[in-house]
Amino acid sequence: MKLTTTLMATSALVITAGASFADGHMADELTLVSWGGAYQKSQQRAYSEPYAADTGVNFIWDESSSEAVAKLRAMNEAGNITWDVVDVVAADAIRLCDEGLAMEIDHDEMLAAAPDGTPASEDFGDLIVSDCFIPQIVYSTTFGYRNDLLEKAPDSVCAIFDTETYPGKRSLEKQPIANLEWALICDGVDIGDVYDVLETEEGQDRAFAKLDTIKDDTIWWSAGAETPQLLADGEVSIGSTYNGRLFSVIEEQNQPVSILWDWQMFDLDGWIIPAGLPEDRQARALDFVKFATDTQRLADQAKFISYGPARASSAPLVGTHADLGIEMAPHMPTDPANAVNTFLFNYEWWADYRDDLDAKFQAWLAQ
Amino acid sequence: MSEATTDGPMLAADGTPLKKSLARALRREKIRAFMLIAPLLIFILITFIAPIADMLFRSVENNIVSDTIPRAVQMLKTWDPDEDDLPDEDTYLAFYTDMVFAEERKQHTRLGTRLNYEKTGMSSLFRKSGRGVGRFDTDEYTDAFTDLNAAWEDPQTWLEVASEAGPRTASAITTWQAVLREEEDDPLEEDPTDWDVLYANLFADLSASDGYDNALLEEARVATAEIEPVSLRAAFDDIDEDWSDPEVWKTIQTYAATYTPGYFLNSVDLALTPDGIEARDEDQRIYITLFQRTLYLSLMITFSCILLGYPVAWILANLPARSANLLLILVLLPFWTSLLVRTSAWKVLLQQQGVINDILVWSRLIDEAGRLVMINNQTGTIIAMTHILLPFMILPLYSVMKTIPPSYLRAAKSLGATNWTAFWRVYFPQSVPGMGAGSILVFILAIGYYITPELVGGTQGVFISNRIAFHISSSLNWGLAAALGTILLAAVLILYWAYDKMVGIDNVKLGG
Repeated sequence: MKLTTTLMATSALVITAGASFADGHMADELTLVSWGGAYQKSQQRAYSEPYAADTGVNFIWDESSSEAVAKLRAMNEAGNITWDVVDVVAADAIRLCDEGLAMEIDHDEMLAAAPDGTPASEDFGDLIVSDCFIPQIVYSTTFGYRNDLLEKAPDSVCAIFDTETYPGKRSLEKQPIANLEWALICDGVDIGDVYDVLETEEGQDRAFAKLDTIKDDTIWWSAGAETPQLLADGEVSIGSTYNGRLFSVIEEQNQPVSILWDWQMFDLDGWIIPAGLPEDRQARALDFVKFATDTQRLADQAKFISYGPARASSAPLVGTHADLGIEMAPHMPTDPANAVNTFLFNYEWWADYRDDLDAKFQAWLAQ
Repeated sequence: MSEATTDGPMLAADGTPLKKSLARALRREKIRAFMLIAPLLIFILITFIAPIADMLFRSVENNIVSDTIPRAVQMLKTWDPDEDDLPDEDTYLAFYTDMVFAEERKQHTRLGTRLNYEKTGMSSLFRKSGRGVGRFDTDEYTDAFTDLNAAWEDPQTWLEVASEAGPRTASAITTWQAVLREEEDDPLEEDPTDWDVLYANLFADLSASDGYDNALLEEARVATAEIEPVSLRAAFDDIDEDWSDPEVWKTIQTYAATYTPGYFLNSVDLALTPDGIEARDEDQRIYITLFQRTLYLSLMITFSCILLGYPVAWILANLPARSANLLLILVLLPFWTSLLVRTSAWKVLLQQQGVINDILVWSRLIDEAGRLVMINNQTGTIIAMTHILLPFMILPLYSVMKTIPPSYLRAAKSLGATNWTAFWRVYFPQSVPGMGAGSILVFILAIGYYITPELVGGTQGVFISNRIAFHISSSLNWGLAAALGTILLAAVLILYWAYDKMVGIDNVKLGG
């Protein structure tokens, strides 16, 4: 009798211990990969600091997002994945998912629902561009201009091609994406036809011919910090960059710069979790991502940087900047007043044409 | 001397022949010496040589095509595009089978990306087709066979009997099992009716056969006459019309080989097309230009380093030790500053609204409209790179000049040489080894630089390394990056060899 009780008690103990191990054991370290700079800081303040305060998890940050796909591929080949959660742009998330390097996410199952109960997949809506992608922000590539150097404030993106009315140098990103679209839009192509036109040889020539008109007046940038610097120095009078960078030049550094929102190009940024993580690390990564992408947290990030939260339910919660105290909503690329003319970077189309057009673009630059 | 020494071989004290004994001692010595350098050698082999060899190997490696769609590659070998417009139905079946399994393993988009380097549109074609192959009408086969005999719903049947139906079914089952094993699923618990591809292959094998001993197979074979065949060619055409474009199949056929010269051809502005090697479109030619520019700019940078470094090294070598050390610290100082900071500093100085232009305008040497363009072009690259690489020229020059006795110059002058003759005929030849070492260092470092050219080079001052970096981290075309890297490495080795022939590598000194 006594023996049976002891046996039963022991087995009960073993079972509870086993169960708690299975559902509760999570790694107490988390390696996050992001872009560095003000953006990473906003993530630290909105996501990782509150999460660490709740759970005591130790965060390790790596600023390698710009090379995330290459590095994850190399890690996968080497069989040793050292990252837990990676911040990537949507196009990279699609590539990682395609190659099986990122974990597939069941958005409703793994992410928090909106406060009113709307499931996550509806709350994020179309922004879930890949099964592995957990959207975080909507940002845009758009133009900033020096309002003291230009006599007339530009109201259309085509101002970049009009060097007479808007003198001075321009800065554009050293890649075909966005530049070819703008060139065609300003050459009179309807936004709905841009990619159809770009598919043809004549369309591509047409876009490059348009860019030719300002080639000698253009400085080509490859790091997001360059245009803000060039604008601040007065080296260019108008230039493209990420809208968050422009916000910082205008509001934080008080430079005489304004934003031109016309035909801004939307893009998405979000999290992926690498495929094939050990169970405890994966559980921790999922737990963090669920916390960091709930409605309140996404709205919180907008207190620190002017990128639009990816959830529809976060928009009404966007408040004032944490340090400057200004209303953030009018600075969001998604604000109705700013989003009159916009287009979304077409991921699938560019996946096809990128190799080809990139070669053409580089050859064109080198001429 | 005993008789033995005159007749036989000379013997050591222990009686073994002296020659053997000496060889043994030497061998022991050699092994000991080798053991001493072994840790470094192994370290270099593992961390340096092996990764480079692996990376260079990628420039010809192309097994992704034959690994991902092995059956289709096999079938395409016999397809002659001149005779038949499109591959036959069997090839489509092979390709369908490959695609189903590739989709399950998530390899098809990677193959699409690979083929997209050669033909635009392949990337989305493969992604689309991966989604599409699961929805083919091949479930009609599945229904027909399972209606015929319930045994066809049993995984046991597939594992034990079906392989006998024919080679296609057997190979499909082998891959099926491998896929399940990778996913750690038990084939016996798997529902075969989820895999229409098995039934499609079974149908093809059965209809090609004359008869079987096995009753189940024979029954199925007889029944195939009643089943309406599903055209896979039409099914693929439904996904995308491109599958009825012979060019697509020709591209797959051309790149089916395990090793390809394609990447190397791309790096010299050629292309491997189904019709042979062709020059790239004029508006896509870029690499030859970049190679030439890289060589030209690297030579310019080396030359300006000599021009600026030589006098500095001479002063350093001829000053009293105290002031020389102070100057040496100034030479080394840039090493302790971040590369990006130094490059950005040049931007501030050189740009059109920068310090130098401002001073020139202020001193009325130029007017507001005539501000000089000194950055975002080749000038910018040469200036910034010369500054960054200058210490690599000064240090070897300095250490060699340190060893040239000043008395030689005095002797030359006392024998009647002018200052110039004494320098040119006596001093300069002795400093050449230092200049050689410095030039090799600077040139080799310059040829592989990319951060500085990227930031200050604009469109005309970027190097081939910028494209290599782009293909490694951005476009992920590692094969092309490896080919470009191999060519660059070969170019450096050839130049090194030429230098050895002209100047002599023994004539290079880093010091003493």
